[in-house]
Amino acid sequence: MSGTRRAARALRRTAIQAVPTVLGIILLNFFLLQLAPGDAVDVLAGEAGSATAETMQAMRERFGLDNPTLVQLVNYLTGLSQLDLSHSPRFGMPVTDLILQRLPGTLMLMSLSLAIAVVLGLGLGTIMAVNAGRPVDRILSVLSQVFYSIPGFWIGLMLIILFSVRLGWLPSGGAGTIGARLSGWDLFIDRLRYMVLPAISLSLLYVAIYARLTRASVLEVCDQDYVRTAVAKGLSPWTVSTHHILRNALIPITTMAGMHIGGMLGGAVVVETVYNWPGLGRLAYEAVMGRDYNVLLGILLFSAILVILVNLAVDLLHAWLDPRIGAH
Amino acid sequence: MSSADMTDLSAGPLSHPVMLAKGGNRLRRNRSLRLFLANPNALIGLTFLSLMVGVALLAPILSPGNPLAMVAQPFLWPGQDMAHPLGTDSMGRDVLAGLLHGARISLFVGIAAAGLGLGLGLVIGAIAGYFGGRIDDVLVRIIEIFQTLPSFVLVVVLVAIAQPTALTIAVSIAIVTWPTIARLARAEFRSLRQRDFVQAARSIGYSNARIIFQEILPNALPPIIVTASVMVATAILMESALSFMGLGDPNVVSWGTMIGTGREMIRTAWYLTALPGLAIVFTVLALNLIGDGLNDAFNPRFHKRG
Repeated sequence: MSGTRRAARALRRTAIQAVPTVLGIILLNFFLLQLAPGDAVDVLAGEAGSATAETMQAMRERFGLDNPTLVQLVNYLTGLSQLDLSHSPRFGMPVTDLILQRLPGTLMLMSLSLAIAVVLGLGLGTIMAVNAGRPVDRILSVLSQVFYSIPGFWIGLMLIILFSVRLGWLPSGGAGTIGARLSGWDLFIDRLRYMVLPAISLSLLYVAIYARLTRASVLEVCDQDYVRTAVAKGLSPWTVSTHHILRNALIPITTMAGMHIGGMLGGAVVVETVYNWPGLGRLAYEAVMGRDYNVLLGILLFSAILVILVNLAVDLLHAWLDPRIGAH
Repeated sequence: MSSADMTDLSAGPLSHPVMLAKGGNRLRRNRSLRLFLANPNALIGLTFLSLMVGVALLAPILSPGNPLAMVAQPFLWPGQDMAHPLGTDSMGRDVLAGLLHGARISLFVGIAAAGLGLGLGLVIGAIAGYFGGRIDDVLVRIIEIFQTLPSFVLVVVLVAIAQPTALTIAVSIAIVTWPTIARLARAEFRSLRQRDFVQAARSIGYSNARIIFQEILPNALPPIIVTASVMVATAILMESALSFMGLGDPNVVSWGTMIGTGREMIRTAWYLTALPGLAIVFTVLALNLIGDGLNDAFNPRFHKRG
């Protein structure tokens, strides 16, 4: 079977499996929306301070908040089928638009964090495995345990203290220099300067996970016959480690990376709050503060779908790379 | 899994497999305990955690009075006034008192959330793995739904809807963490239910509940115990992140809340964010070291090479 056909089969199988999950998530989402205390009209009225019972009633009618539950569910599902997550009274725009507007920020941050985590994790893990049992390995093991135990938001604040307040090297928050008209390379560097600290804060936990995973799988792969063969036939240590060891050790890491998207989205909520980074996480925080449950649950639904899509992509990648997967 | 080959003692064609399974367990547990206690990292973790538990229990005695009360002038730096060794915050509240009392809420939420999640996950995982069939299909779907939802985002939603108190926070964290245990328990029960000692128990006429809890569960426990200690750590991290974001229990002092309020003064009084954070890091680190030690003790094969 060719790689493309394997991928197509994997796609069909995973897509069919995903349907009940998506339905379950949608129902759960709606159910939580119903449980939310008060509604956006209450918040708006409370802020305006002068809303009468009549105007509140009129607003509820306009947003469809006074219908019976079943009618609201049907409305919700009809809306969803048109990618409409209803309206945010708080932000005064459709929830879908709001989320799509913030999505690129979070995706950029997550990609950079994932890249940092994979590169550093692979590096540290390989060093640990090569020196297994020696002091270097022990020190790095403890270090990875520490990374694993640090709350992302706290290390974010500590990095701000060091790099922004003390040294003044990097900005302490935001997404770009305000008022600066930059383009091309300068724009890229400017963005990067604002992204480095949040991306590091978000990646630390995953650096620890990948380092430990790499260490374990490199040690395991080293015991395999094909590695012994490669060494025996006189290949250089570098070739053996890149072509024979790391390549096979990578498989569990890519699997895990797919699973970590959900965790990273959660981490982004706090890290974006710390750095005022305009992404989905920051939006979730604003929604919590504004009691805007439409937006909050829209983000939950959206991020769940993102997780499903990423896992689908990882499955496809694996099916395409490794003929053994999906053969049964 | 590890427990599969370790229970080989009980798998032989002997006349009292049920009895032997229990004997094998005791032997294994003794050896695991010895390995655990010989691990320096695990011991450091255990010592620090015991210290923290002691602090949490004795906080009202060590630091009497309300930790949220103003006791001195604001912004005393650590060491500046020995009556308040770790200084005071912007409202003149004692930082050390906050840390001591904060240990209570962190550990309470951590342990309660892990306990609830463990209970829920074990029951659901055991049912799915032991009975299999349609009930397994349905439960696996539910587990998958919860594993697809980003857990911290879901916790934020749940706490925002339920209104934050120590209990709702613990329950919300349990709701997002049980699937990990359920998956693990399901896998263990699936592999163990075919074992001879389970067949033997069934042929004696034991009830399903008795087989699940008294025969299979003890054999399925090792990986679950390891995960449980990591779960407490995760719950503590989640609670601190929630209260940092202003979704903590407003009536008690918590490490996360202290960081959240200290954040405003990060340029002038950075110790207000640094100190509570260190308390979190060390507590979570202690739990993770314990988890690691337990893992090595239960799976000694992985440890041979160092």
